Amino acid sequence: MTSTLTLTPVKNPPKLRATTGATGPSNKRSTMSTLVLLVGALYCLLPVAWVLIASTKSAGELFSTFTFAPSSHLWENIQDLSAYRGGLFWRWMANTALYAGVGALLSVIVSAMAGYGLAKFTFVGKKAIFNIILAGVLVPGVILAIPQYLLLAQVGLTNTYWSVLLPSIISPYGIYLARIYAAASVPDDVLEAARTDGASEARIFTRISVPMMVPGLVTVFLFQFVAIWNNYMLPFIMLGNDRLFPITVGLSGLLNQGASQPAMYTAVITGALLSIIPLIALFLLLQRYWQVDLAAGAVKA
Amino acid sequence: MTVQTPTRSRRAVRRKSGRFAPYVYLAPAMTLFTLFLALPIGYAIYLSFRSVKVSGLGLGKGARTEVWAGFSNYSRALTDPDFIASVIRVGIYGLILVPTMLGLALLFALLLDSRRTRGRGFSRVSIFLPYAVPAVIASLLWGFLYLPRVSPFYYVFDKLGWDVPDVLSSPWIIFAIANIGLWGGVGFNMIVIYTALKAIPSELYEAARLDGASEVAIAWRIKIPVVMPSLILTFLFSMIATLQVFAEPMTLKPLTNTISSTWSPLMKVYRDAFTRDDIYSAAATSVIIAVATFALSFGFLRLVQRRAFSQENS
Repeated sequence: MTSTLTLTPVKNPPKLRATTGATGPSNKRSTMSTLVLLVGALYCLLPVAWVLIASTKSAGELFSTFTFAPSSHLWENIQDLSAYRGGLFWRWMANTALYAGVGALLSVIVSAMAGYGLAKFTFVGKKAIFNIILAGVLVPGVILAIPQYLLLAQVGLTNTYWSVLLPSIISPYGIYLARIYAAASVPDDVLEAARTDGASEARIFTRISVPMMVPGLVTVFLFQFVAIWNNYMLPFIMLGNDRLFPITVGLSGLLNQGASQPAMYTAVITGALLSIIPLIALFLLLQRYWQVDLAAGAVKA
Repeated sequence: MTVQTPTRSRRAVRRKSGRFAPYVYLAPAMTLFTLFLALPIGYAIYLSFRSVKVSGLGLGKGARTEVWAGFSNYSRALTDPDFIASVIRVGIYGLILVPTMLGLALLFALLLDSRRTRGRGFSRVSIFLPYAVPAVIASLLWGFLYLPRVSPFYYVFDKLGWDVPDVLSSPWIIFAIANIGLWGGVGFNMIVIYTALKAIPSELYEAARLDGASEVAIAWRIKIPVVMPSLILTFLFSMIATLQVFAEPMTLKPLTNTISSTWSPLMKVYRDAFTRDDIYSAAATSVIIAVATFALSFGFLRLVQRRAFSQENS
């Protein structure tokens, strides 16, 4: 295990291959491969396209018209959804932004410090700590939710924002990535020079090392943001008060109600559409940071 | 007075603070790691060996006391037909999902890497997009696409006069859930493999290309072996995720009565802990799942390590 994951630095972002040999048979366009890829793309876009169209329909039309025929009720649906129990939906959206945004930000700070500490210092117990964190990467995260719930219940923190936020901050994978980025992007001689100039360790970290690690830290942030946004079990177990729910737990609760009153389905569909828009926007904007190099070190070693 | 003295003393102080610096950097991470990873794991193990003893009618204070239970929670969990059924179900689910997902991810990554493919930017973004959609929302969307009354597929099947069975019914539900996992996971794994492909220096296969090797041969002989470590890690992470499937069946549950409350091992853990209030057997079941995950991960890595990493390590 250790030997596979104790990797040498990742080149980030990996350089594009030089375009040598621009001529020759390899440049012939292949319709077949284009087609296969397009089918894959359509498969992935289909549910998104469907929700976009379905959210324009009234509750009656949803069950009576062809699903890919758009209608004109989007605005009404949004208003209905916003009116549901005094804007509960928007509260769920805000909660999700809080859990994922603040949680990922704190996680990046903790991971950056730990990764930097592991990459740039030699100290007693370094190897042991690194191995413990690596083992943490493999711990099935959701398995922790029940003991976490029981422990937080003992200190009276369940059913609060803290119960979802605090367990989301620690990310062994984030620390592992931050260590790789720190090792790759912060040169030792720069640190030495700063120390010789008498800069304090705290100042070196915040003014020199962190700025150098920023591209890598953005990736850590995105990973953790998606992980928290995606985590359904933790808030599902921790929270009883629906005013604290993130969007995932809230919408699946609405779907549960829909089983008995189909009019709820329109609210669920509109809610699903509104909830994926910000994430997709964030995704497209920060696309260039998605360079997932899980095993580059293993290739190079 | 020379300038030397203060400099030296400052250096000494700095060295001293420098010695503690790494511990300061690691303190928040290790504190949180202890509180939210190590401690819960320890607590789960402790609970798995405990149970409640009810004396008398079980009423009043002190009637229910916690006692040591040895391995009885474990033997009960391992012989529970619901648990065994859920493990088999998730095993089949994994056998359907993981090879399909990684096979398609590899295919898409190779096609993205091939200069002969058109529209690569569009396809890459489109296939990766579902990763931005949380599993619960993905299950909601597919859930509606599966409902015969709402689904465009059933509309088309109906027009064609085909009698397609309800995918939310018994033998098909496992494929329906696997499809949601596939939709959400194929793009991420594609990006992982694609990133590894892009890191291959082109000289490695330009020569083969000049010798007239076909794209398929280059993919098989050069590209796939080189990205093997990435494939192994994506396989490992997919396997761990498969064992933990929870959000998808939980979300689809209200749409069908085919999904029982113990459909996946984790759903059973949830039911035991929160519906039946039996945290002890839930703890034992979680420990079993965690140990099985570790055993599978390490076993798998040992198995492949010699093959995949031997050239590099020797």
